[in-house]
Amino acid sequence: MENKKYLDDLSEIRNMMNRSSRFISLSALAGVFAGIYAIIGAILAISILAGGGSIYEENYNAVVASNISTEVIQQLILIALGVLVLAIGTAIFLTTRKASKNDQKIWDHTSKRLLINFFIPLFSGGLFCLVLLQYGLIGLIAPAMLIFYGLALIHGSKYTFADLKSLGYANLLLGLIATQFIGYGIYFWAIGFGLFHIIYGIWMHNKYDRKTAE
Amino acid sequence: MKNIISNINKAFDHRIRLGIMSVLMVNEFVDFKTLKELLGATDGNVASHTKALEKQKYIIVEKSFIDRKPNTRYIATAKGRKAFQEHLDALEKLLKAGNELNK
Repeated sequence: MENKKYLDDLSEIRNMMNRSSRFISLSALAGVFAGIYAIIGAILAISILAGGGSIYEENYNAVVASNISTEVIQQLILIALGVLVLAIGTAIFLTTRKASKNDQKIWDHTSKRLLINFFIPLFSGGLFCLVLLQYGLIGLIAPAMLIFYGLALIHGSKYTFADLKSLGYANLLLGLIATQFIGYGIYFWAIGFGLFHIIYGIWMHNKYDRKTAE
Repeated sequence: MKNIISNINKAFDHRIRLGIMSVLMVNEFVDFKTLKELLGATDGNVASHTKALEKQKYIIVEKSFIDRKPNTRYIATAKGRKAFQEHLDALEKLLKAGNELNK
């Protein structure tokens, strides 16, 4: 009898600590959608690059920027922005829905803290990638995106599901590996932003969301 | 057994006070409104239980004005953190002892 009360006390403590310090309405399905958009984006990018002449030297160990026309670069940037806007839009929509279903606010001190801590490394990474583009170091853009995204996830994971950290480590590692195969940047990008998101989203959905939906 | 029970802190023997302390253990500070929403308690409820914890010197209360609106922040003291940690340890020990008896 007494035991039951103490167990309730412990679960109440855990619940309060989590709810007050972590944003737990983040939608797992949004990860799956982001992955799908990323793969579609990568396929579009590959077909544009194939049509516009190869940017790769024969051994795939180097990327020659001079072979790319500004038009192709503009198209690639548009694709990247499209993927980003769709992914963030879907995430906001699904997360808002999940929050209202859980009777939680989408905009409170936990979500604010998550956004600040996630976007500071990510925004720095974005600027850094633009600098790489500025100097024509396009081979390093895909690895840099993966590395900074991984760091942003690791940093943000302290303020939401701790599981996010594993996705961060995976992307960070993939980005570092990609630096040694810069000719294959787009494929590494598709694995990190596409495949990893889909696997992670399905895993998280099974772990947390499906239980509450039933 | 008696010894373990004496470590169970009466100050935390209530759902609201337990909740307040749990929230303050993992946050630098928490304001009144957030605390109220998290606990799903009324104004009066939160006020009386925070007062009880303040009297024990487990938390401190900081009153200030943000945009001319009164804002109350609660912060756990070192004494409060220590007491809560001991309470947690006691809970853990009690549950362990209970499990042994059931075996």
